[in-house]
Amino acid sequence: MAVVHRSVLPIRSQEDIVRVRKATRESAVVQGFSLVEQTKIVTAASEIARNTLDYGGGGEVEVTLFSEPPRRGVRLVFSDKGPGIADIEQALKDGFTSGSGLGLGLSGAKRLSNEFSLQSKVGEGTQVTIARWR
Amino acid sequence: MEKIPILKMGRFLLVTIQVDMHDQLAMQLQEDLTDRIVAVRARGVLIDISSLEVVDSFIGRMISNIAAMARVLDAETVVVGIQPAVAITLVELGLSLEGVRTALNVDRGMAMLQQQLAAEQG
Repeated sequence: MAVVHRSVLPIRSQEDIVRVRKATRESAVVQGFSLVEQTKIVTAASEIARNTLDYGGGGEVEVTLFSEPPRRGVRLVFSDKGPGIADIEQALKDGFTSGSGLGLGLSGAKRLSNEFSLQSKVGEGTQVTIARWR
Repeated sequence: MEKIPILKMGRFLLVTIQVDMHDQLAMQLQEDLTDRIVAVRARGVLIDISSLEVVDSFIGRMISNIAAMARVLDAETVVVGIQPAVAITLVELGLSLEGVRTALNVDRGMAMLQQQLAAEQG
């Protein structure tokens, strides 16, 4: 995988979520995504960024623009050092929430991405990776 | 503090969301709108989201909440101008905005509200 560009953004406030959306949009545009593809990855990024803030107590996201001919894409790795997720299978179900949301964040982001993975350890934190390519 | 403006047009309120809202701003809009509905005895709310490039589950929930709150306060809500890419993404995300009436643009949304009001007044 050739990394075209890599940057790290903090996720410490609601304004940071807006910045993550903006950075993801810009990355998707650079990679030549269609408007629908852009919207899908930006929406997925927004969901995961909010989880990082609300459930993980904040963290960061690493945004990577990559090229794997013939594919070009954007990969986002969100990490926090929050409480972690005890039951990952349950967390990925539509409608499950431990907070006040709709429970669509993780499952929805997974549907909107070409690649999705979640690693979590109780008491240590959570790492969510999403990617989309064209 | 930044706020989303709410315009009064006759018996209706018009909100045009033109910025990428952070969550608190969306919550503030929900509160401001319900206050205004009561203050001006509005019978309808038109929310124009044609400038919104992203509607995630949080914003989607806010829109559903506004429609539900407005209904309790005897006002109808119509959401107009959803971009095609946003509509596709919303459905894939799993959000169908149930209970929210939609129209293609402001003109048609306004016509919808006027028809509703005329029908009630018989």
